Amino acid sequence: MTTPIRSAAVRWFTPNRFGLAVLLITAYAVIPFAGSDYLLDAVLTPFLALALAALGLNLLTGYAGQVSLGSAAYLAVGAYAAYNFNLRLPGLPFLASLVAAGFVAAAVGIVFGLPSLRLRGFYLAVSTLAAQFFVQWALTKFGWFSNNNPSGVIDAPPLAVAGLSFSGAVGRYVFSLTVVVVATLLGTRLLRSQVGRNFMALRDHEVAAKVIGVPLLRTKLLAFGVSSFLIGVAGVLWAFAYLRTVEPAGFNLDRSFQILFMIIIGGLASIRGAFLGAAFIVVFPLLLSRFGAALLGNVFDSGVLEMSQRIVIGALIIGLLIAEPCGLIALVDRVADKIRRRVFPPQSRPIHN
Amino acid sequence: MLLSKSLRTAALAAALAIGAALPVYADEQFFPLQSYRVGPYAAGGTGFFGGFIDYLNLVNIRDGGVNGVKLTWEEGETQYEVERGVEVYERLKNHPGVAAWNPLSVGIAYAMIDRITKDKVPLITINHGRTDSTDGRVFPYVFPLLLNPYSETSGIVNYIATREGGTDKLKGKKIVVLYHGSPYGKETIPIYQLLADKYGFSLEQIEVPHPGNEQQSQWLSIRRAKADYVVLRGWGVMNPVALKTAQKVGFPVDHIIGNVWSNSEEDVIPAGDAAKGYVAITTQASGAEYPVLQEIIKTVYGAGKGNLDDKKRIGSVYHNLGIVNGILNVEAIRIAQQKFGKRTLSGDEVRWGFEHLQLDPARVEALGAKGLFHSINVTWDNHEGDGRVTFQQWDGVKWKVVSDWIAPDWASLRPTIEKSAAAYAAEHNIKIRTSDDTAVSE
Repeated sequence: MTTPIRSAAVRWFTPNRFGLAVLLITAYAVIPFAGSDYLLDAVLTPFLALALAALGLNLLTGYAGQVSLGSAAYLAVGAYAAYNFNLRLPGLPFLASLVAAGFVAAAVGIVFGLPSLRLRGFYLAVSTLAAQFFVQWALTKFGWFSNNNPSGVIDAPPLAVAGLSFSGAVGRYVFSLTVVVVATLLGTRLLRSQVGRNFMALRDHEVAAKVIGVPLLRTKLLAFGVSSFLIGVAGVLWAFAYLRTVEPAGFNLDRSFQILFMIIIGGLASIRGAFLGAAFIVVFPLLLSRFGAALLGNVFDSGVLEMSQRIVIGALIIGLLIAEPCGLIALVDRVADKIRRRVFPPQSRPIHN
Repeated sequence: MLLSKSLRTAALAAALAIGAALPVYADEQFFPLQSYRVGPYAAGGTGFFGGFIDYLNLVNIRDGGVNGVKLTWEEGETQYEVERGVEVYERLKNHPGVAAWNPLSVGIAYAMIDRITKDKVPLITINHGRTDSTDGRVFPYVFPLLLNPYSETSGIVNYIATREGGTDKLKGKKIVVLYHGSPYGKETIPIYQLLADKYGFSLEQIEVPHPGNEQQSQWLSIRRAKADYVVLRGWGVMNPVALKTAQKVGFPVDHIIGNVWSNSEEDVIPAGDAAKGYVAITTQASGAEYPVLQEIIKTVYGAGKGNLDDKKRIGSVYHNLGIVNGILNVEAIRIAQQKFGKRTLSGDEVRWGFEHLQLDPARVEALGAKGLFHSINVTWDNHEGDGRVTFQQWDGVKWKVVSDWIAPDWASLRPTIEKSAAAYAAEHNIKIRTSDDTAVSE
């Protein structure tokens, strides 16, 4: 006979949670020691930053059904806001500037989310383009944002939290990882709350949601706010932990599309999908490029290789979306399900009650 | 006793012989290349990196390297994008024997300043870069060789003055600067303002958003402003579009002065007739008649190792800039080798070489580059090296030099540079170097 406590523990310890625990332990305890600087600095840190941005957009687009093409603008707002908080309020702890930058991005996101009250679908997407162009214009136009640096480029100060320096490759990675893990947990909790249900009700049928009493105005603006908060924080990571310098042109429309593609390829309305999509868009081209260079680097110059990689990635995306329109996450789930059925055939599966 | 001594001698001789016979690790000096052969700026990238690689190949084939130290390199495609440049940096920085970084992108260079300073490896931004990095007291590892953006600005204004008949004639003239909407493009905004105040010409600076393939409204405002001269501070596709749009709105092409990144064949040929008469500044003449180019054609392209696919581009502006860049990098290594020995040098030792990179016109001639570029004189605190500029006019087929080698007004620019560098030093807690701090660290 099992005690109730133990069975509760067993029930809590599902395969998914087991997987998550393994992943976190690997990310914290193995990778910082085993990974090279290149892996940490040039692959994982940008992956984490963009995965967080994709997660933010997924809350808005995947869960709440509001299409946005302004993600890069919120990244930029986050990066520049953190820079300015840091610069103009000396003594403000970096974590505080990080959160404050998120709130600034959220405020900007809410303003540009206002058209969503009237517009839907493609029309909304086009109106969010305004954020994209306006923010880039404002950051270029007004020298104040970049502390009057003539070229509009800002240099990020070294990362330090509560006297602890995160300046090495490992430090920057662990810092980004922690921020992303915390933000992801908060995002997950939010989605399981009433707010999250409201998001999904809104996405599935706006009129029905209104009828059952979902406050449309508040929910939509909240979706924009939360989403751009996360994207703004991602922008801080991108600027401070990864590039360590920022210019407005780095946050152009291409970047917005890149983030949108991440969630489409990874899987809409899925937290894990955002990470898978980011991995596909950020890490996969690097792997392909290393592989291509090692294999054919002596035969072709880097331009030819680069072009052929684009063709390969494009073909893969088309193939993937034909085979699995719901994105990588659906593919992963299907494969995992198959394995589970192989290991635990349905008739002999233990029944939890 | 005697026997044992001779035995010992024999053993020593044998050991030496074996040591000599064993394949000693060949000395190599490595150039990581953050090149861009794809994307809107591929014309500049292929020409520049093609010329750079061609010159490295020439040194390897003709001389067997620099005093026997072979030059090696590896390319990483950046598409002129900052984050790709950073990725390539992280990928290649641990390669043994890195000599110097040459990204040919202001954005990438900015992102690398902290990194290369920490790693103690020089960063070369020939003809571009962050102007205040000229001040070697604050930026020990950054070298905007030959021509920093301020000197370029001064050179252009001086040239306009000579066309008008003296700097006093600039008063009341209207000059419009059409600049690329990027860190590179914006770098000179304050210095044009400074010169406008100094000489009393009226100034308007208009941005063209990247990549610049639509400029109708900008040129209409130029016409409305009744500009006497337009300085084209462009890059890539922006340049031919500017020339064609100027023709459309009826602005005289010989009153458009191109800056150092608007001066190539790739900028004028696509503009066709609209470019005929266009004048641009340069630090290195175009053409393949210089001995060093002839040697590259004979030795490198003759051996089938040339880097340019299109042989017609040999001797073009970007190709020649790549070659000049190759000469400067190789000579810095050679100079550093004279001090530290003929072996693979550390990045800091190569930095020392760059800080003593003094090539007078006689040395430039000995290198087969007389007329290709004038001279350079880098010191520990002047990382630009007082490069001279010249102006060339496009006649529809080729560039024709239309001025002497002009010296920019370095003395009047230096205080602005030092002020900006001092602000950077304060912001980043950098100790300002003195001439005693220039020794190579262990």
